[in-house]
Amino acid sequence: MRRLLVRRLLAAIIVLLLASVLVFALSRMSGDVRNLFLSEYTTDEQWEAWGREYGLDKPYHEQYFRWLSGALLLDFDISVKEQIPATTVVLRKIPNTLQLAVGAYVFAMLMGIPLGIFSAIYRGTLLDLFARGFALLGQAMPGFWLGIMLILIFAVYLGWFPPGEKGDLRSLVLPSITLGWYAAAALLRLTRSAMLEILDSEFVKLARAKGASQTTVIVKHAFRNAIIVPLTFAGVFLTALLTGAVVTETVFGWPGLGRLAVQSVFGTDFPVISAIVMFATAGYLLMNLCVDILYGVLDPRIRQS
Amino acid sequence: MASDTDTSFETVTTPRVVRERVNPLRLTWRILRRYPVLPAFIVALLVIAAVFAPWLAPHDPLVGKLQDQDRPPIWEDESPISLKGPKWEYPLGTDPLGRDMLSRIIWGARYSMLIASVVLVSGALGGTILGLIAGYFGGIYDEVLMRMVDLTLGVPFILVALATVVVFDSSMTLIIALLILFSWSGFARQVRAETLRLKASDYVALAVVAGASAKRIITKHVLPGVLNTVLVIASLGIGQLILTEATLSFLGVGIPKPRPAWGSMVAEGRDYIDTSYWMALFPGLAIFAVVFAMNFLGDWIRDRLDPRLRQL
Repeated sequence: MRRLLVRRLLAAIIVLLLASVLVFALSRMSGDVRNLFLSEYTTDEQWEAWGREYGLDKPYHEQYFRWLSGALLLDFDISVKEQIPATTVVLRKIPNTLQLAVGAYVFAMLMGIPLGIFSAIYRGTLLDLFARGFALLGQAMPGFWLGIMLILIFAVYLGWFPPGEKGDLRSLVLPSITLGWYAAAALLRLTRSAMLEILDSEFVKLARAKGASQTTVIVKHAFRNAIIVPLTFAGVFLTALLTGAVVTETVFGWPGLGRLAVQSVFGTDFPVISAIVMFATAGYLLMNLCVDILYGVLDPRIRQS
Repeated sequence: MASDTDTSFETVTTPRVVRERVNPLRLTWRILRRYPVLPAFIVALLVIAAVFAPWLAPHDPLVGKLQDQDRPPIWEDESPISLKGPKWEYPLGTDPLGRDMLSRIIWGARYSMLIASVVLVSGALGGTILGLIAGYFGGIYDEVLMRMVDLTLGVPFILVALATVVVFDSSMTLIIALLILFSWSGFARQVRAETLRLKASDYVALAVVAGASAKRIITKHVLPGVLNTVLVIASLGIGQLILTEATLSFLGVGIPKPRPAWGSMVAEGRDYIDTSYWMALFPGLAIFAVVFAMNFLGDWIRDRLDPRLRQL
């Protein structure tokens, strides 16, 4: 188990380094940073001085190491647009995206797990049909379109929720559903198939044979084992989250990381983009490591291998 | 999703001898449950629209008529903003530039299909070859490949795509290249795992003893064994691929304008959502229908070819 974790950790570090090369290459290909401050009064001396200040007079590999050593200390240079450290710009937006993520996670859990369990128990009934329809919708609707349709129905026609802009708790509802439906669908399918498999297993049959009631069988025997699967789901969720956040925040005008990313891309604010991509990649890798560890703790079979 | 219906059905009921009169309604229901009729129909419609777009589309998808701006679909009385009535020429209404929605959706199918098929074929080909090599030879090949796979899975694709498009300017080639770069890894990972499994089998060991070359073993003994897996992953991935392309187009970095892409049509319609809902509704409905059909068919194909891949 320990050797496996060390291997995983090393692999994660390599991936992070590869990602940093990719991000650095993209940021250098986006053109000379100095063009952004260039005006008709810029002198050659000033131009050269800027070059020295940003380290642009050095060869590329030296520039990369300078950038990387900064990145290791969470320093991604100054945001071109805001003129404050890019890390600060990014960190300021995290709480907003986190709120959205929590909302989406709650929605996914509330819909996915109960529907998954009950649709497995009452397989083939109307409830099962509803649950599977819910999952089908979630996996096939494009997030941006779902968001717009929710706005159309619940904000424009019914007027129950605000159409966008962050405000009170009610403004969180539509974006959370938009972001969470896809995850809810995935969670539902995972829970359902895990539950079906377990309901068909030997130990559940034994429990039934010894005369345990339906409730006891489901609560004590089946549910406990089925819950392991959705746990790994957190890792999957986090990956889908950032993509989803880009779209959801764009549709609802939500002031979070996703919208910041889109704005920075179109404003060619590469320090901010680099920071977001590196944070997101690191977050994903960390999350997967945690899931691996958690898996080992929960399931003794994996610990031994 | 579809999986459970299909398999469950075969194990249940229908004694073999009963060959009398079957209620036609029940027969229809049975066929509908056993075969993905509706999804197959949607995909057929899509393919026809994509192939015959220039002949099927009643109007030019790029040129609108100014007097026909903002026409509602035929079942509406009038557009709430321009107060124009519907016209039979434009069954799904028109956009703010007076272009026919239906024609644009038909042409959108063409672009969507073009990208999906090119990306899927190249991604499957590249991923399979790399997966075979890594799985069979192992060692450094395997290590390098798996780190690349991790990279494509770990880096937030949409953001990298956004940044790349801003740097290089959007074009069809770039979008296709980007989508290929991020779709091969699914194939490579699964093919590698399958190759590892097959490599340990007796018949491969026998071939090695018989003195077959690595190339021969890979092409004659391993490749046929992984083809089903490749097919399943391709059919499961196509829906996701279409969604990703649509998302990029929605964000303005996908299929370059003025070409009609479903994603960018939704983005344009979004600005008129409180008055002219049809501009965003129909292109999104098209994406939804196609992705739904592809997902459903993908599940169905997987259950026929390789039920072990259920977890995917």
